[in-house]
Amino acid sequence: MSQHSTTYVPKSAFGRWFESRLPIAGLVHSSFVAFPVPRNLTYFWTFGAILVFMLVSQIVTGVFLAMYYTPNAAMAFQSVEHIMRDVNYGWLIRYLHANGASMFFIAVYIHIFRNFYYGSYKAPREVLYILGVIIFILMMATAFMGYVLPWGQMSFWGATVITNLFSAIPVVGETIVHYLWGGYSVGNPTLNRFFSLHYLLPFMIAGVVILHIWALHVPGQNNPTGIPIKSGKDAVPFTPYATIKDIFAVVVFMIFFAYWVFYIPNYLGHADNYIPANPAVTPAHIVPEWYFLPFYAILRAIPDKLGGVIAMFSAILIWVFMPWLDTSKVRSTAYRPLYKQFFWVFVAVCVLLGWLGSRPAEGWYVIASQICTVYYFAHFLIVLPVLGFVERPLPLPNSILESVMGVQKGGAGMPAGANAEPQSKG
Amino acid sequence: MAETTTHVAEPTRRDFLYIATGAAAAVGGATLVWPFIQSLAPDAATKAAGAPVEVDLTPIAEGQIVKIFWRGNLIFIRHRSAQEIKAAQDVNVASLRDPQADSERVKNGKDQWLVVYGNCTHLGCVPLGNAGEYNGWFCPCHGSVFDTSGRVRGGPAPINLPIPPYSFVSDTKLIIGQEATA
Repeated sequence: MSQHSTTYVPKSAFGRWFESRLPIAGLVHSSFVAFPVPRNLTYFWTFGAILVFMLVSQIVTGVFLAMYYTPNAAMAFQSVEHIMRDVNYGWLIRYLHANGASMFFIAVYIHIFRNFYYGSYKAPREVLYILGVIIFILMMATAFMGYVLPWGQMSFWGATVITNLFSAIPVVGETIVHYLWGGYSVGNPTLNRFFSLHYLLPFMIAGVVILHIWALHVPGQNNPTGIPIKSGKDAVPFTPYATIKDIFAVVVFMIFFAYWVFYIPNYLGHADNYIPANPAVTPAHIVPEWYFLPFYAILRAIPDKLGGVIAMFSAILIWVFMPWLDTSKVRSTAYRPLYKQFFWVFVAVCVLLGWLGSRPAEGWYVIASQICTVYYFAHFLIVLPVLGFVERPLPLPNSILESVMGVQKGGAGMPAGANAEPQSKG
Repeated sequence: MAETTTHVAEPTRRDFLYIATGAAAAVGGATLVWPFIQSLAPDAATKAAGAPVEVDLTPIAEGQIVKIFWRGNLIFIRHRSAQEIKAAQDVNVASLRDPQADSERVKNGKDQWLVVYGNCTHLGCVPLGNAGEYNGWFCPCHGSVFDTSGRVRGGPAPINLPIPPYSFVSDTKLIIGQEATA
């Protein structure tokens, strides 16, 4: 990837003076201007930019909400209603923040499944990928604590159920839960500390995002063929090509986002959360936010408290091992006819688990959840390792250029050297 | 600086200082974490709020379940009918997930009064009274079933609803948070 190593040369005298003291303009230039981007990227590769936009959006709206919100069990619910009714444009800022969380997760799930489909997690991008898993876990913790802050019925009982997960730990579980609560049940100390952490975690996410982007810029982006950039003809410079494409995708995503905010702002929420928290009554049907449902279904599928908790956490932690569980040498599922089918079955199972998580824990829902849970783990522990050995992948193109332009006859408009690189396949 | 420890057979005074400083820093750092972790624990006000509460039983009709709070925890006081007591006693204790006879869960001679914590032992929801297969409690969150003695009979809950410390001051009054002093 040395083809695009055009070094940054400051034009002005001040630019040269500054660059020799803090070479930040050069860093931006090499990372976001001259950086080589595979020429065959699809819109699935714009979700990184969309996610950066969502993180910034959540932090900005969140900082403003924190100016009007009161993290006290006696006043939190009222202060949220105060934001909705009295604060100028408070309704807009809150709806942007509340729906923003869902938009963030929609984008992150597309980003994650794009990574699964095109094998972006495989060598040499394992660390990049694991940093992504860490970001996802931080996102879940942040979203969970944010949902507690309005102190409605769903907030309170969601907090109770999720913190009680830790009581499943043998011996020390109860003590840990009392330390989480700062009391003997979810109460004011819990709300106050959740608010503190909810404000802190997004900045930790921002930190890991910087590492994630740094790790991305070492091997460069994966692409729909999964084969690396071999010559300058396989790539285009980040600016203007990726910059404009990312901005366009972000704008389209903002339209989608705006539809939720302005037309159905409470569609993804629960009516019960407009009832103030009441520790004496649990809502008849408590469910987490939609983005937790598949994991919630796995928790409920296991008829044992500790077992359910372990299964739920394992369902995410198993992602960390994916680069080593997948034994196939071919990155992109486009060239893996068998895996392509398993991939879509896996997607269907995840969606089904999500739906089952929203159903009551009774009857055949439980059995279906159990079957799906077994399949979920089998995908990682059986399908991924075994397919690498038994599957016969389709022939890979010689280069990204060839996959885009088709195989050219000798001398037909393409330099003979372009697809003659001796590097081995993906 | 030319002579580094790798060339010296005998440990030097500098090695000792290096290790001692590192150890002091590690111990000091770990010690400093302690007050921060400890600050997360229930504070003095929360603990003080755990003073025993008195409950007058006269208004609680047979078959009724009353909810009260002690130390921020929900507690059920259930006035059991003769039929419910019989159902709780006529159980093969060995067959239970958390084997406990009904007589161990009520005060001697006060079979009609069942006092249990009101949060499901699975993940803390409040089970619905007079519901479920055994007409004790049914937890709507994840489907745990409790009998009229508050013992777990189905679902993911691992143990019975625990009994808070309490004692009878008189036939119609009990005090929660305080065991009888013999």
